[in-house]
Amino acid sequence: MPPEPLLSVRGLRCGYGRIEAVKGVDLEVAEGEIVALVGANGAGKTSLLRAISGVLPLFSGSIRFAGEAIEGLAPFERVARGIVQVPEGRQLFAPLSVLDNLRLGAFRRGRARTDENLERVFALFPRLAERRHLPAGALSGGEQQMCAIGRALMAEPRLLLLDEPSMGLAPFLVDEILATVARLRAQGVTILLVEQNAVAALALADRGYVLETGRIAHSGSGRALLDDPAVRAAYLGI
Amino acid sequence: MAEFLQLLFAGLTVGAVYALVALGFTLIFQASEVVNFAQGEFVMLGGMVTVFAFKAGVPLPLAALLAVLVAVAVGLSLHRFAIEPAKGATVVTLIIVTIGASIFIRGIAQIVFDKQFHALPAFSGDEPLRLLGAAILPQSLWVLGGAALVVVGLRLFMERTLFGAAVRATAANRLAAELVGIDTRRVLAFAFGVSAAIGALGGILVTPVTLTSYAVGTLLALKGFAAAMLGGIGNPVGAVLGGVLLGLLESFAAGWISSTYKDAVAFVVILLVLFALPQGLLGRRAIERV
Repeated sequence: MPPEPLLSVRGLRCGYGRIEAVKGVDLEVAEGEIVALVGANGAGKTSLLRAISGVLPLFSGSIRFAGEAIEGLAPFERVARGIVQVPEGRQLFAPLSVLDNLRLGAFRRGRARTDENLERVFALFPRLAERRHLPAGALSGGEQQMCAIGRALMAEPRLLLLDEPSMGLAPFLVDEILATVARLRAQGVTILLVEQNAVAALALADRGYVLETGRIAHSGSGRALLDDPAVRAAYLGI
Repeated sequence: MAEFLQLLFAGLTVGAVYALVALGFTLIFQASEVVNFAQGEFVMLGGMVTVFAFKAGVPLPLAALLAVLVAVAVGLSLHRFAIEPAKGATVVTLIIVTIGASIFIRGIAQIVFDKQFHALPAFSGDEPLRLLGAAILPQSLWVLGGAALVVVGLRLFMERTLFGAAVRATAANRLAAELVGIDTRRVLAFAFGVSAAIGALGGILVTPVTLTSYAVGTLLALKGFAAAMLGGIGNPVGAVLGGVLLGLLESFAAGWISSTYKDAVAFVVILLVLFALPQGLLGRRAIERV
């Protein structure tokens, strides 16, 4: 029997008020994988990630992480276990300095490791080191995305949930962010990546899921999905 | 000149208390966007508990400490039993909850204590200091000094500690705060506790000057709210500025126009701010690039 995946979602339903955004999703992420979640706007990708982080309550279903049921845990307890999200739209603490943003990323980690992790983040994104005393809201779009990813890395994620990291960025910055994602995997971080840029995401990922109006429409290896005529026609625009 | 100084000092003294109430409003507003109209009751509790403990023979410093602890306990209970269970309710509903809580606290205070006005002895005597012909009560200096200490202390805490940063982060972006692992419920409980302590301290310091009774909270809450609006709600510097300005306006209006209209000043200020300057003097700075 294969080992239990790091994250396993079963029959997950969630939404806002009476509107069901995710209508029964099964999904797995194994340790060390990059899994891409692609689909059109409003397919439920962001809702699914928010439910995994615990900031959106479940209607029903279960979430297991590292062998334990976590659907009853508060968001901060999930961060403590290593589920860390880079939310859509970056959601920085705009009036706070870049340094404060990063330090707060380590809110659930010991102070001792904060300085060490800060060095790692600054090595990954030297731009942030230069701008550490600026308010995060004053950074450019690309720098804000680096700050958001850096803040998440400060929490020492076991599973990093990335929600549209390339949204609104210039093409060369998109490449840079995706290269960073690949580098993080090489460092042993497991990644669940939500992207509108489906071709790039599937090319990078080990496996992928295609979400369609709240349900999984296709799944398979990144390569297989890229080659699937149905997926190509509907989502990749090729 | 003497009259001017006299009014100035009187204004600064009450202004300092309004500033503390406004600061309490600001803390809770930042953490939750709720305007806590029970804020004035913390000031009342600070004064009344000190008075009654002191009368029962407890030394004044201990009585004051006890009063702060009682107010903090009431503040935390308010959060735990009134705000927390209403989680998910609209902000307007929560504000009405705080108005209900304020009536409730006042009612209990009327039963536990009494309906009389009470005084405390001044901390360092009643002999006024003479300054260019004006008589300044030493207690005024206690009020001003105490308020300044609270303002500076709170500022240092918010700027220098990780938990202070977490409070500011929650105010800036609650969703992101939850996603980095901040327990936003605890941040809000903290805001209620600290607001209660600050209010109570204001009540203790000012009681020797203004007297206290079970009912002083209502007017203080409204005036503190006016001060917070004037300064720009959600901005701690604005809260202090608004409080001091309101105190001065009141004092000079009472001295130069008529003391009959003293209490009207706060409400005129609220109206003017709402009509002409809805963001207040130091309204939220928006530095965000998307």
